[in-house]
This record gives sequence, C-alpha cells and structure tokens, in this order.
Amino acid sequence: MSELKGIYALWYREFKVFLRERSRIISSIVNPILWLLVIGGGLGSAVSFGGINYQTFIFPGILIQTALFSSVFFGVYIVWDKKIDFLKEVLVAPMSRTSVFVGKVIGGSTDTVLQTSILLVIGYIFLSNGILTGLNFNAFSIIVTLAFLLVTTAGMVSVGLIIGSQMESPEGFQLIGSFLIFPLFFLSGALFPIKNLPSWLSPFVLLNPITYAVDGIRGILIGSPAFNIALDFTVMIMFTTIMILIGTYAFKKMKI
Amino acid sequence: MNVIETKNLTKRYKELTAVDNLNLEIKEGEIFGLLGPNGAGKTTTLLMLTTLKHPTSGTAKVNNFDIIKQPDKVRKSIGIVFQDPSSDDILTGYENLKLHGWLYDMPDDLKERRIKEVLELVDLTDRKNDLVKKYSGGMRRRLEIARGLMHHPKVLFLDEPTLGLDPQSREYIWNYIEKLAKEEKISIIITTHYMDEADKLCDRLAIIDHGKIVVLGSPAKLKKDLGGDIIRLKAKNLDIEVLKKLKYVKKVDKCDSEVCLTIKDANRHLQEILRRVGKVDSVEIRSPTLDDVFLHYTGRAIREDSPEGGWAERAMHMRSNR
Repeated sequence: MSELKGIYALWYREFKVFLRERSRIISSIVNPILWLLVIGGGLGSAVSFGGINYQTFIFPGILIQTALFSSVFFGVYIVWDKKIDFLKEVLVAPMSRTSVFVGKVIGGSTDTVLQTSILLVIGYIFLSNGILTGLNFNAFSIIVTLAFLLVTTAGMVSVGLIIGSQMESPEGFQLIGSFLIFPLFFLSGALFPIKNLPSWLSPFVLLNPITYAVDGIRGILIGSPAFNIALDFTVMIMFTTIMILIGTYAFKKMKI
Repeated sequence: MNVIETKNLTKRYKELTAVDNLNLEIKEGEIFGLLGPNGAGKTTTLLMLTTLKHPTSGTAKVNNFDIIKQPDKVRKSIGIVFQDPSSDDILTGYENLKLHGWLYDMPDDLKERRIKEVLELVDLTDRKNDLVKKYSGGMRRRLEIARGLMHHPKVLFLDEPTLGLDPQSREYIWNYIEKLAKEEKISIIITTHYMDEADKLCDRLAIIDHGKIVVLGSPAKLKKDLGGDIIRLKAKNLDIEVLKKLKYVKKVDKCDSEVCLTIKDANRHLQEILRRVGKVDSVEIRSPTLDDVFLHYTGRAIREDSPEGGWAERAMHMRSNR
C-alpha cells in the first residue's frame, strides 16, 4: 500500500508539471505536424507506396517518432532532479527504488501517450479533410495503436531513465539521447518500406525494436504489415520488459 | 539516550578520505552542530546517516536502527532538509507538501492536518497555493523545513540551513529551528560553515576538518577552553618572540599582517604588552569566538565565502529548467 501511494505521488508530480508546461505540449505537437505536412507533403509529391500517399504512409512512423523523442528525453528530468536535491528528497523517503523507477515510468508514459493521442486526433482531422487518405480508424484499430504506443513508450521512457540515472549533466544527456534516438528512428522504417532493403541495411533495421512498433501500427492503421502484428507486439513487450528490468537495476545502483 | 551513535564511520573516494573514522554520540533533544569549512566531510556524514550514501567502513545507529542493516526504518524515523533546493518549483507549496505526505504513506486526514500545522509553523499558510518559483530563497527554505517536519521525525537533519540567505531570512530560520527544538522535542543535527550560526543554535558542536573531529563540546565551553581573551594587534615589524616570553600570553598566532594573542585578563595586561611591542597601528580586544576556536585547533581561519555559490543564487539558477 505504502509503495502504491509513493508511485502515485511520483506520477502526480510528473502529470501536474506536464499540464503546467504548455510549451512542452505545444512543441511536441507542432514538430510532428511539420513532419507530416512538409516532409510528407514534399516527398509525397514525388513518391508513393502501394497506392497510398506518402503523408499517410509516414503517419504511423510520425506517431512513433513523437513517442520516441518525448519518452527518451523524459529521462533528462531525472538529471535535473539530481542537479537540485529533489531526487534525494524522493530517495530518502521510505519507499523502494523499484517503486521510484516504476512511478517515473508511469509518469513519463502518461505524458507521452497523451501527446501521441493528440496526434491521433489530428490524424483524424487530417483524414476527414483529405490530407491523409485511407487510414483505417475504428475503435479496434485505435485501441491496438494505443497499446503499441503504450508499450513502446514504457520501454523508451525506461531507456531515457537508464541514461539519466548514469548522467551528471543535462548537456551530456542531450548528446547521448540524440545519438541513440536518430538511428532508432531512421532505421525503423518510419519513413520508408522495409521490404526489399539493400542487404547491408536490412540487419540494422531488423535488429531495431522500433521497427516492430512502426510495423504493428502501420499494419493496423493502413494494412499489409511486413510481419505478423502479433509478432510485432510480442517483440515490443519483450523489449520493454527487458528495459524495465535494466532500469530497475540501474536505479538500485544509482549514485547520488 | 543517544539518537545517533557512529562507530568508525568512514567514507573514502579514490584519493580522498571524506569522512575518517568518525565516532560521535548525539543525545536526544539536543541541537547538535557539525561545523567545518567546505569539503570537511559534513554533508557526506549526513548523507551516510540518512542512508543515501553507503559508508566505506564502519557504521552508525540512528534512532537505534543500523544505517546499513535497517535503512528503511532509519528513513522512516528521520527528516532531512538538503543543502540544495529540493522542492519542485512548478508545483505549489501545498502540492509539494502533499507529495511528501504520500511518499511517507500518511493517511489523508493526518496528512492534511500536518500540512496545516507545518505551514503555520513557518508562516506560509497564505502563500501555500503559489507556485514555488514565486517564492523567495528564504521562503523556499522554510517550505522545505516544514516538509522535513511533516511526518514528525525523531531526528531532523539540516544541511547548511541558511546557506546563501540574506541576514533577515537567516534570523527567521534560526528562530524556527529554536522553536522546533523546544516545542516538538526533536533532535536536530545541523551542518554549517557559519560560526555565528553554530554559536547561536547549537547545544553542542563538533568542529570537523578533513573528515575528522577536531574538537567537540558546547560553544561556551569551547570558547572558554581557549583560556582567555583575544587581543589583535596590527603593526609593522612586530617582535613575536618578545610576546611569547610573557607568562600570561597563552598563544600567539600570526595571520597576515596581524598578530592574535590569547591572553588571560587582557584588560589588565594590555598596557604592558603595548609597551613591549612598541608602536602599533591598531589594537582590538574581544572575547573569543568560534572562529578563534577553529583557528586555534586547525591553525587556519574558516572561510565564510562559499566557492559553491549561495543557496538562493543556485535556487535562482536551477529555476524553471524543466
């Protein structure tokens, strides 16, 4: 019981701060829209895949991109908490480090899933005015999409927290974070189909867990996934479980 | 009864021994000070006693719980106010306290009652719904002291409680600490590098330098043990040897262009001293302070300027980085 209340406390804090930091929410929405309209629209005038326009094709990729950036960079807040003594205040409370980690993951995941949900709404609006076409929006596909986003987010928030728990400076975090996120994003098939890739590129894409998240969401929203959607989901669950375990360990070992 | 007992408590980093075989007993209900310059090992000691850092060797008991074997019980029984700001400035004062209540698993009605109590204690009731970033450095400090008290700890640790605060806020916080010790009957352990703070607040204090206790006792006793008054002489080409030969001169310290003499009955012997040393630029007679105690035992003066920068200044700096 006491641990649950502590987890709730940590979640409450993240959520309040998220709601008060409007600039964070706005920037997290503006960027993906730019990607959809500018990259999607620009490239889309030249290329299309399997009969759907390019904006539509990258929409699942952009959802994942938002989840990826927002969740990994959530880890930077723990570096800030470390720089002031807020982290010590939490760690000196009579709750386990595992609960501290879990509270942070739930807090960060809530922020990110809310951001991607707003994007889904925007996707729906774009769909109804013709910018996006052929997205399969119904209760079931939305639930599956959110499930993928939630699992991916929890895994990537863990990754961010693992990095954050080891870092002393926010600048260092930015560096490592970007170094990690960009390859994950570009090698995920968010921007291109992963069938028939050059043989040197293919293994990198297949080893990238984000590939399966993009494939799963694209499979349910557009159709014709490269893998089985159940397989995609299983890979993501496994990835996230491992990241949560590593994160719990990293928090236990975290020096202050 | 002792609330804290340390046994050869030691923390070593690669090259540096931050805390060196510390043996210390702190009694129930007292305000105890750890006084020393920056880097003396005060904060490290505090972090070990609050289970946030693991000792390299040795151990300690806090409220009769072992800090290594029973860290959870230790943490439940203590409160701590850290050196750096440790509240979230995007939350209100009230929300920060509410968070603390949850982290310490307090039942809702008790939590609300205590929040009301501690807010009144530190005079922040009418500012409780303001975001902490709107608070002054002193107010934020008071909020954090209030928070440290919410779960009624038996021992409260205060790490440099007035670092970088303006004189008025310091006075304010000193009054709260004294009030607390009297009304709540808790033991308070303070680290500080301000001599005046230690002198004013502490029942007993330990002067710490390079991780070791240099001397321990009540401020009054430590000053009395110096054995007299201090005469400070400023002069060119002062003959120290002549002074050292005088029987009633207990100690001669040379600092920069000045000479400090520790003398019994300074008023009576001043004339003779002045006659012996000849022409001086200035003379000052005063009772000894803890500065003199520190100088006496370590051979150096404690420096009041903090290379880390003031607390309030850092609070400003850390503000709104999220």
